[in-house]
Amino acid sequence: MSRFVDLFMGMLGAAPKKPEKVSEKVQQIMFLKYEDKDRYIKEKLHARDHHIVSHKWRNRRWAVLIATNLLFVFSFWLDIQILEGALTASRFVGFHLIDLNSALQVMLAHKHVIVNLFIGTFTVFLLWVLLGGRSFCSWICPYHLLAEWTEELHLKLVDKKIVTDHQFHRGTRTVFWILFAVLAVVTGYTVFETLSPTGILSRALIYGPGLALAWVFLLLLFEIFWSRRAWCRYVCPIGLTYGAVGAISPLQISYNVEQCFHEGDCRKVCLVPHVLDVTVKGRAGEESLGLGPDCTRCGLCVDVCPTGALRFEVKGLSKLL
Amino acid sequence: MSDSKAKPATSIEKAQKARRKFLQSVGLTAGVVGLSLLGYIPVVDARPPRLRPPGALNEQDFLSSCIKCGQCVQVCPVQAIKLADIGDGFGLGVPYIDARAQACDFSCDAVQCILACPTGSLTYEKPDFLNIRDGAPLAAAPILKAKEKDAEPTLNLKERIGVARLARPESCLAIQGRGFKGQARGANFTGELRYMAVDRWKPVPVREHPYDLELCDLCVRECPVKDAIELRPVKGADGVERMTPTVLEPCVGCGVCEMICPAEPAAIVIDPQAVWKA
Repeated sequence: MSRFVDLFMGMLGAAPKKPEKVSEKVQQIMFLKYEDKDRYIKEKLHARDHHIVSHKWRNRRWAVLIATNLLFVFSFWLDIQILEGALTASRFVGFHLIDLNSALQVMLAHKHVIVNLFIGTFTVFLLWVLLGGRSFCSWICPYHLLAEWTEELHLKLVDKKIVTDHQFHRGTRTVFWILFAVLAVVTGYTVFETLSPTGILSRALIYGPGLALAWVFLLLLFEIFWSRRAWCRYVCPIGLTYGAVGAISPLQISYNVEQCFHEGDCRKVCLVPHVLDVTVKGRAGEESLGLGPDCTRCGLCVDVCPTGALRFEVKGLSKLL
Repeated sequence: MSDSKAKPATSIEKAQKARRKFLQSVGLTAGVVGLSLLGYIPVVDARPPRLRPPGALNEQDFLSSCIKCGQCVQVCPVQAIKLADIGDGFGLGVPYIDARAQACDFSCDAVQCILACPTGSLTYEKPDFLNIRDGAPLAAAPILKAKEKDAEPTLNLKERIGVARLARPESCLAIQGRGFKGQARGANFTGELRYMAVDRWKPVPVREHPYDLELCDLCVRECPVKDAIELRPVKGADGVERMTPTVLEPCVGCGVCEMICPAEPAAIVIDPQAVWKA
């Protein structure tokens, strides 16, 4: 339970904690791992040599993200009417689906909830409780995909020492979440929606581009030249809302300390590296651990891990199978 | 005191770094929130209000309750509804109608946009706690001319979205006693209208439906609502009676008169969000 609380606090901005107690099993694993240093290094190099670099999960995710957004687009353009609306609110073959953060902003600003709004919000709530809230970010959000592409550019520039990554405090996102909630209540306007690149991009895809795209473009420039993935990491309240919703999700990426060589490749590709703090030598208290609510289940770490220490898991089901 | 002593000593450099990070985070927060509040400017600006789709709540409530999904856009058979761009500030992504380009002609009969709205921004029945402005409610359910002979000829609409007004009587063809021949808005106009004589369910481009009128009465002829506007002999300043388009109480503000008016700019326009003044 306390790990659950620690992970949740970690999502809000707290620094990752070292485990209070390391289980005997893990102590044994760590002892065996480092007992013979030469063997350990040999095993590590062997694993690296035989690592077939794959983009399996990334490709699957991009396919789902693009397909979902295209389904929105074609439902309107070709009038196939399967998924009508935009990411903020839609109807899937007639059934209401409403984005949780947009719904929250509307409820706070308007202070009134009609039945359809409730139904749509509840459906989506259940969906993301099951699928892991922040999966929305990496598997659905169109801004995530654009930011992922421009991130490559940022990393290249960092590599050439042309730019440096300016990191902000991760708690900033929590402050934003509270501020946008307060602004909605006080002003009576859905202030965040005016800035949300998720909504802007989704509408631009479906209803045609507008000047609002300039704002999205500025955000991307900021991320390329100043701070890596700044919007998703430090600002976007959608991510925090979904993170909280998916906190008890059975779908997660699990870390298995036995296979891990503690090299940190996973932390380098991760949008939210603090969730992978557990992969640092000595930070895992249990043999197998979920990465917690802030993990977007994007699978980049699963792809990059040479030993399979990180993998997708459905809690309970994996044991059953 | 013993607590602070127990903490590991942090180097000055590390402390400075943390301080810088904190200040930058504060800067980021202030910057983004500041930018978001720029959305206020167009909202409080004195610019003319937008014509909202039928069934829209009062402007402030409309902006707060709209989830910016565009489902109303998708169901409109004449694509009258558009979503506002960032120039509208907090109104970004909120639907509006540019009546001169494409008015709402109620060719859906059921006010589909209201049906599609997931948040009640567009509504048939306003919840009790929301304010109803004087002159906004319609005295009776509007009768659609298109289905006047149906068992249920009325439109499920309680409040008007605006009121038509003869803004430029000097350019009105009827007042000048002139007729009209040809395409109402020219060959390049893309707006559509339902003509019952052509097809009940499929609106056609206005340019494909030329007119030949002795006296121009397009605004009256094409008004979708019964008894909302008529040509009446009205005495001008010179004491001469002329046939003049006169807006009546059943006007819902749909904007068809503004769209169809052949004068450029239109002689008759909608005052968006205006109420009926007897």
